[in-house]
Amino acid sequence: MNELRTILSDVVTRLFAERVTRELSEAAERGGWPAALWQAVEENGLTLPLVPEAKGGAGGTWGDAYVVVSAVGRHAVPLPLPETIVASWLLAEAGLEVPAGPLTVAPTQRDERLRLVRRDGGVRLDGTAARVPWGRAAEHVVVVDEADGRVTVALVAAGDARVTPDTNIAREPRDALAFAGAPVLAAAPAAAGVPRDALRLYGALVRAAQMAGGLEAVLGLATRYATERRQFGKPIGQFQSIQQNLAVLAGQAAAAGIAAANAFRAADRGDCWFETAVAKVRVGEAAGVGASIAHQVHGAIGFTYEHQLQFVTRRLWSWRAEFGGESEWAALLGRSVAERGAETLWPLLTALR
Amino acid sequence: MPTFHFELGELPPAAEALRAEVREFLRAELDEHTPVQRVRSWGGFDREFSRKMGARGWIGMTWPKRYGGHDRSALERYVVLEETLAAGAPVSAHWVADRQSGPLLLRFGTETQRQRFLPAIARGELAFAIGMSEPDSGSDLASIRTRAERVAEGYRVNGTKVWTSNAHISDYMIALFRTHHDAAKKHEGLTQFLVDTKSPGVTINPIIDLRGAHHFNMVVFEDAFVPDDMRVGDEGAGWKQVTTELAFERSGPERYLSSLALILELIREVGKVPGERAAVVVGRLVAHLATLRQMSLSVAGMLEAGQNPNLEAAVVKDVGTTFEQEVPEVVHALLSVEPTIDTGTHLQQVLGYLTQSAPSFSLRGGTREILRGIIARGLGLR
Repeated sequence: MNELRTILSDVVTRLFAERVTRELSEAAERGGWPAALWQAVEENGLTLPLVPEAKGGAGGTWGDAYVVVSAVGRHAVPLPLPETIVASWLLAEAGLEVPAGPLTVAPTQRDERLRLVRRDGGVRLDGTAARVPWGRAAEHVVVVDEADGRVTVALVAAGDARVTPDTNIAREPRDALAFAGAPVLAAAPAAAGVPRDALRLYGALVRAAQMAGGLEAVLGLATRYATERRQFGKPIGQFQSIQQNLAVLAGQAAAAGIAAANAFRAADRGDCWFETAVAKVRVGEAAGVGASIAHQVHGAIGFTYEHQLQFVTRRLWSWRAEFGGESEWAALLGRSVAERGAETLWPLLTALR
Repeated sequence: MPTFHFELGELPPAAEALRAEVREFLRAELDEHTPVQRVRSWGGFDREFSRKMGARGWIGMTWPKRYGGHDRSALERYVVLEETLAAGAPVSAHWVADRQSGPLLLRFGTETQRQRFLPAIARGELAFAIGMSEPDSGSDLASIRTRAERVAEGYRVNGTKVWTSNAHISDYMIALFRTHHDAAKKHEGLTQFLVDTKSPGVTINPIIDLRGAHHFNMVVFEDAFVPDDMRVGDEGAGWKQVTTELAFERSGPERYLSSLALILELIREVGKVPGERAAVVVGRLVAHLATLRQMSLSVAGMLEAGQNPNLEAAVVKDVGTTFEQEVPEVVHALLSVEPTIDTGTHLQQVLGYLTQSAPSFSLRGGTREILRGIIARGLGLR
């Protein structure tokens, strides 16, 4: 780990361990915005890891961002931090200024489009985007659309959208945003190599890292519980059936961690489509298996709202479906591999990227 | 809490340059090989192929030059391993010696043993077998009973080893015997020996596996004599040595690539424009495969850095063999195709071979249950 990553890792661990309390998590689930936590995150420079220092960011890499994004999953942080990291990166890469405050991205759904149109002497945004992460809490929304035949990044004020609140099963805001001629505050062609479906792609990328962090958390919780909970006169972790299940969970967590980290490394090298598809499929599957084992080990106490396990597992179940679930990404990956043919699979897996 | 840690591995340019060379060699050597020959990779015992690998400098790669090695990095060796396995090369005449017998001798053998065996192994001329399991000692390896009793200038051995792959066609085996018996301390009193498979008193009987193939053997020792200079390491140090050896056995890319040939046949079968269900199946298998390669590469990176990735290797083997075993199941569930032996399409034959072979994947080199026990220990549960 390089110096920046070590610092980032220390900062996020300390900050989230201290500040993401049970009260804060519960309040967020009731619809409250954890303003003080957001402020602390912003003050600690965690929101803009990929934005150049000249523009007020940390000037880091996706590898550095992985430390922050996976920590959001590990600590079940109720903030649009991954969304802000992706949105600010898209803005900065397109040469646009990055506003302060929480950002989100839209649209997030397959086959959904927000249209940039020229009207009344300016650029306007039309259309409705469903299930926008933290739509109600974000101050600005970053949109990717095609304009004049080019992939374009645009910034609009979230306040210009009509918001219909909704949530995922972790009770994180996933709101519908309706734009009717909302003024575009800034727009520019996306940086070279940013695809039209960039929000889907980078959304999947950060969700993979969040889930990898979440899997580390449930492995830690389940392992600790197995050493503390006693039945039949000994800690349940001394029973082979529990040990075997936790070993499976450890394997899934390890696979998830390396798949997600590899996708972030690919993002630093350029085109990360293949590695992100791999990560979303593999990590999403690990999330299902891992959550299941963690709950089984915890028994009935883990099924209560009172226990902290559910803050993580309900996120795992939500995040694996967001920005495309395993079957969607697997189908894309499978078609891409089939089209290239069997002979190219191994060279593809071993290619330097 | 979790004590294992996978860092992303990275291959240096020298290793990548080597990859092209290895690929070109394998393309020429295996030109005529059918998919079902390739899926037998491990089962393929071809001394001529192994000698060619040796001539290229691709056996004993990381060993010092003075022992016939090539002073190359663990990551360069990794590239050779993964390329030969991915191509389905017939590797078993040198695989065991390169992977564990040679490194064992390098670490624990005498100078004379190293001089005598390592250069020949590196040339691809010596095939080794592993004598660990016995009829009453499988996972509970420390309970072995084959005795090596001290006699003048050596040891007299009596007992039986089983599941000794390729003993009938190997030159030597490295066997674990009991040199001292104390029922209360079964991990002590174990010692490793180099055994010439042609020695008097050593009888090798075939055990036919469920496919009808002969790889396994039962090796019976009846007053077999093993000279002093064939003892590996100190008397009583066998348990420590054998666990080191098993770590070598578990750390390579062979623990996730066994079913690659079937994935390739599946991709051919579903064609350039697969249906939705087939695309999902292929994509999912590729996602697992790509992730396992990164996990395996991570272990290789730890070996290169001089760390001891025993725990991580156990994790990769557990996740990897689960995947290898799943591939024939997934293909069966997707396609209405009957597995065959030597008739039908390549896909059918590869499916037939792997369906029958799959049970062994989570047995060889330590059962799934033993590996998960190792992982659980790493988690602090035992």
